[in-house]
Amino acid sequence: MHIIEDGNAAAALGVKLAGAQVIAAYPITPQTPLTEKLSEFIESGEMKAQYVPVESEHSALAACIAASSTGARAFTATSANGLLYMHEQIHWAAGARLPIVMCVVNRAVGAPWNIWNDHQDSISQRDTGWIQMYACDHQQIIDGVLKAFALAEAVSIPVMLCYDGYLLSHTYMPFEVPEEEKIARFLKPFAPAYALDPDDPANLNTVTLPDVRVDVNGETAHGYMEIRYLLQEDHRAALTVAQEIEDRFTEVFGRGDDALLEPYRCEDAEYVVVGLGSLTYQLHDVVDTLRAEGFKIGVLGVRLYRPFPSEALAEALTGVQEVIVIEKALSYGYEGALCSDLKAALCGRQPTVTGMIAGIGGREIRTADLTDTLRAHVRGAPDEDPGWIGIRL
Amino acid sequence: MGTRGYRYKTSHSLSGPGDGGKTGSWRIQRPVIDLERCTPARRGTEVCFICWLYCPDSVISRTIPPVIDYEYCKGCGICAEECPTKAITMIDEADAYQDDEGLQACSTEGPRPCT
Amino acid sequence: MIEIRWHGRGGQGAITAAKIFATAAFKAGYTGVTMAPTFGTERRGAPVFTSLKIAREKIYDISPIETPDIVVVLDHLILAEVDVTAGLRSGGLVVLNTPKPLVAYDFGPARLAVADITGLSVEAGLPQGRVNSGIIGSLCRAFDTVPFELVLAEIEDEFKTKKPQANVQAARLAYEKTVVGDA
Repeated sequence: MHIIEDGNAAAALGVKLAGAQVIAAYPITPQTPLTEKLSEFIESGEMKAQYVPVESEHSALAACIAASSTGARAFTATSANGLLYMHEQIHWAAGARLPIVMCVVNRAVGAPWNIWNDHQDSISQRDTGWIQMYACDHQQIIDGVLKAFALAEAVSIPVMLCYDGYLLSHTYMPFEVPEEEKIARFLKPFAPAYALDPDDPANLNTVTLPDVRVDVNGETAHGYMEIRYLLQEDHRAALTVAQEIEDRFTEVFGRGDDALLEPYRCEDAEYVVVGLGSLTYQLHDVVDTLRAEGFKIGVLGVRLYRPFPSEALAEALTGVQEVIVIEKALSYGYEGALCSDLKAALCGRQPTVTGMIAGIGGREIRTADLTDTLRAHVRGAPDEDPGWIGIRL
Repeated sequence: MGTRGYRYKTSHSLSGPGDGGKTGSWRIQRPVIDLERCTPARRGTEVCFICWLYCPDSVISRTIPPVIDYEYCKGCGICAEECPTKAITMIDEADAYQDDEGLQACSTEGPRPCT
Repeated sequence: MIEIRWHGRGGQGAITAAKIFATAAFKAGYTGVTMAPTFGTERRGAPVFTSLKIAREKIYDISPIETPDIVVVLDHLILAEVDVTAGLRSGGLVVLNTPKPLVAYDFGPARLAVADITGLSVEAGLPQGRVNSGIIGSLCRAFDTVPFELVLAEIEDEFKTKKPQANVQAARLAYEKTVVGDA
């Protein structure tokens, strides 16, 4: 069944359908309607879960960490400064290998204070050990929540499902609500590899020595470095697992495609624009316009940003003359993080990589501006172009 | 390529007309001061001014008596809530509009009449 | 693609009106529907607008409307504050809730449709100021694309706990009483 709702409602429905058992979240714009919806579902008895009201985002994730450690399916959501306030617990959740799912409703980070969309919040958390998925529309949000739980539980790594604040969170569009009997086939009840048990007490993730040690059973237990190596190993393996889950989803629901990348008109492209989130869908129309003018251009959306699909990207972009990365965040003092990542993935290969910045702090990205900028660029842009689309300095 | 003075490298805002334009048109209710109960008005001295202090949009003057700028007052009601002598009451904008007797008052003060 | 911009005040229900129309359009076969409200400044009483795009194919570009085919205005007093016809395509349509007649306005080459939705809605049994069902009736009268019966069914569904019949009646009255001018 299709319904027309906003992106936050799509996320909330997804969390309900995924059978999340513990929700702990603190409201922040533009995430607020998502948590409000979840608390309404629980209050009305529509959703059988525990809602833990907390006094901060740090506590929200701490509550999810505790819940997940006992074997409950846990969910939280936040935006911008709320996400940053969680930061210490974000690292912890990944190191503790807890399959928590969090929606990040992307918003600019203060100062100056700003409630509108960009990607600085989630991009600044890319090195925490969480998996990061980016949604382009409401179907990818609601389906994405189900896939996120499946992936998190398969690899024991928490997942951030990121979607653009306002542009998706507050915009209405039709999407199909996954049927419950199909969900039951796709997403099995959470079977934790280990769960805290009062009858068999244990300490989790206490001081772990630099070197390996002998545990109470006389067996060699990993040191911190081995534990962290295994997080990296499983992260890289998650690239394959994500695609397996996508394939299973497609088999059950009849929709879905590529878990890592979403190309549009890239087949014979000389220029490919790469980006994250709803911007890449807006670029479909730009590509159509420029193609009609004779430019061989395509767009490639990165759906899974961490683990970074480096090999899939290198393969997809082989033979392309130039890659243009348009980002809503940057690593201050250098360039956009996606641009740097892509340069590394393409090192020694043909395409040159150019970085551009757009939509910072909710600056409207006009489709006409995108078209003009890209047209000018492929024709040979003037040297003084700052690479910030729409800047009015 | 624009100014690069320090002042413009951060976001400064001063009290006064803001980005919302003539925000007086947003009002559903308007605050009205009863000068019989207003402390500075009654005593004729510079005292109290709690309304001036609390107004989030700086539309109440620090004068005797305090004056509300209805062109920008959004009608939030904080002044009425905070006034220690209950000198400020919120009245329906529709009634205020009728009391103003006519469109001229509407266009200069920007209340929202109920049509 | 048809682009409709809705102007109202925060709390007046412009988003709900656009959502009702969007859902009916979707059921009428417009598989591409996106509706984006004013972001972040939805304060009660403040002028707001909502961008509704409807098309036969999925819509990928959700950026705000710049050149609407239609503008719907829920409160004629907004005309003094907002240039509602900004970017309106030539030969476009303005649907306006106003107690005044057609001749009181001049929107140049645009077609104008008027009705006293505020009065008609009270007549239909709605509380004073509830105009979002009525304005949809006016839109349907002036822009005959989505079957009116489908729209009425959506109104009834949307307001199922808040006087559904009065809301339907407001839309019907508005549909009947709307006066559409020539370009």
